[in-house]
Amino acid sequence: MKVLLVDDEKELVSTLAERLSLRDIEADWVTTGDAAIKSVELKAYDVVVLDVKMPKISGIELKKKLEEKNPDLKYIFITGHGSEDDFITASSETGAEYYLVKPVNIDELIRKMKEILLNPDKRDSFQFKKE
Amino acid sequence: MTLFERLKPKFWDYQDIAAGPYKHLFNFRRIWNLAVVLVSLVALIPLVSITLIDYGVTRHSVESEVLLRTSRLVSNTWRTVSFFLAQRRSALDFVVRDNSYNSLRDPVRLSVILETLKQGFGGFVDLGVIDSTGLQRTYAGPYKLEGIDYCCQGWFKDVADKGVNVSEVFMGFRRTPHIVISVKHDLPNGSFYVLRATIDTDRFNELLADLEVSGQGDSFLINKDGILQTPSRDFGKVLDKIPLPVPDFSPKTRVYEESFPDNKKLVIGYAYIHDTPFILLIVKQKDELMKPWQKTRLQLIGFLIASMTIIIVVVLSVATYLVNRILLADQKRIMTLHEVEYSNKMASIGRLAAGVAHEINNPLAVINEKVGLIKDLFTIKDEFKENRKLIELVDSALSSVDRCGTITKRLLNFARHLDVKIQTVNLEEVIRDVLGFLSKEAEYRSITVSVNVPADIPRFDSDRGKLQQIFLNIVNNAFTAVKDGGKVDITAKREGANLISVTFTDDGCGIPESDLERVFEPFFSTKTRHGGTGLGLSITYSLVQELGGSIGVQSEVGKGSSFIVAIPLKMEKKEK
Repeated sequence: MKVLLVDDEKELVSTLAERLSLRDIEADWVTTGDAAIKSVELKAYDVVVLDVKMPKISGIELKKKLEEKNPDLKYIFITGHGSEDDFITASSETGAEYYLVKPVNIDELIRKMKEILLNPDKRDSFQFKKE
Repeated sequence: MTLFERLKPKFWDYQDIAAGPYKHLFNFRRIWNLAVVLVSLVALIPLVSITLIDYGVTRHSVESEVLLRTSRLVSNTWRTVSFFLAQRRSALDFVVRDNSYNSLRDPVRLSVILETLKQGFGGFVDLGVIDSTGLQRTYAGPYKLEGIDYCCQGWFKDVADKGVNVSEVFMGFRRTPHIVISVKHDLPNGSFYVLRATIDTDRFNELLADLEVSGQGDSFLINKDGILQTPSRDFGKVLDKIPLPVPDFSPKTRVYEESFPDNKKLVIGYAYIHDTPFILLIVKQKDELMKPWQKTRLQLIGFLIASMTIIIVVVLSVATYLVNRILLADQKRIMTLHEVEYSNKMASIGRLAAGVAHEINNPLAVINEKVGLIKDLFTIKDEFKENRKLIELVDSALSSVDRCGTITKRLLNFARHLDVKIQTVNLEEVIRDVLGFLSKEAEYRSITVSVNVPADIPRFDSDRGKLQQIFLNIVNNAFTAVKDGGKVDITAKREGANLISVTFTDDGCGIPESDLERVFEPFFSTKTRHGGTGLGLSITYSLVQELGGSIGVQSEVGKGSSFIVAIPLKMEKKEK
């Protein structure tokens, strides 16, 4: 499984990537939208983990651009704002499947990544309510 | 409770202690006083003035009527008495013209004439013929008066001068009251004689006695010296002097008022009877005459009192109603200002909470990942695997991060739900969220909070933010009411198909029965001295109504209170 982590918080994504690597998951990280687009152009990822709110470009807009590059990509949104409205909007407008609130539990993240790859049609629009 | 306490309007003792920065615009008691005084004056002054004017006019009119009626009676009686005397004088005139002196000297002839006069006119007692020397030559009548000399009597001199005389009532030779009418007739030889007739005073008295005089009136004749010529009911018998002053001469009938020594007011009408010594007097008691006026006066006073009472009652009622409405409107204004302030405050708290949570969440996430990585390194690499102490420390750090995460999520959740929106909510979740904010206080004060939400309570559409505020306000109040170690029970129940009720029961101090009806009123507070605004339950009431529900309270002093909130399961979704 190849994962691309996108978040403007470098310390967060780099550490998260390292932790995923320790669990034998190939994880790259970038801190800007442009870098994410370039990475997707260069490499075929399975899952992109996106921060909802980033400077210059939001996670939702970035998702739309990444879909143009690779329509098969799956997305998991993470946010420090924890707004379910944001996710509902994102979900209805862009088809975002999964949603996690910072601080992220790595086991939950891995579980969701596996789930999304095994059941590509499933969406967890209710899962945030169980936080 | 006194009558005044019962009737006392709401604004009477109103003090806006809890109004805070939004003071009332009015002094309600002053407005009420001003309204009552001004409206009363405007209404009562014309009423009293018109009544007084009407009182005066009516009284004057009744008095005028009394005087007029008395005047008419005097005039009519005067005519009767004048006619009586004139008729007899004319009869004597006719006798002297129709008979010669010699025939009148015949006693038989004189007796025949007397009988004729008695039958024709009545009232004649006797007739006498007196020569120019004053000697009575012939006499017809019941007394033996022939040969009496009248030359020195006043009436004889008067008739010799004027040709006719009507005497006052006097005793004379016969020692009984009588009136004499004398007529002089000149003879061809330059001498004269006088025909003298005595008139029966009883017949004369009957003329006045037959009169019906209203007002316990009295009618009689006096002479110019005030000596009674006919008997009077109130002032004495014939030839007594009356205690009233003799009225001044007037060619016409006159009426005037006179106060009698015992403070009785008298209405006196009089008329001088021409060519006689008589003055006709009719005396009436004014109090008796004014009796119809007393009744009218009572009706007027009754009308005035009734009108004034009605006006005052209406003025008081209307002023009280209007000032109460002003109070309500002003309370509503202040309430709205407070609600706006409350909403702004809550929105600020929400923004602050969201900002803080968001700002904390990112570094927290970094800490989480860093500590997670440390744990990963410890658990995945063999060299630290057995060091339990290190693993526990890392787990403790992760647990703290997790707790911080829960707090920031709760803050975000709270902030998010301040916006007005209807969504599907889980009642137990909302209650737990609210209790989350108060869990520390409950812990410190050892307050036991139990929540019982049965499984048959479904998720339902409502405004989560409002529900949170409602529950938070009620639980906050319950926490204030209970002592340390107290108990708060929250029980939900399905009430029919479209309603659920949530009951918050505490074992606190309770609410007095007299305050129960007012707990939801704005600014009603028993905690004003301790910083209460009196708005908490009022705002809660408004919020429940906005959700389409209702709120009630049951309480017993010393045992605790129960607030029951009923919420509809279906609610119309509104636009933001």
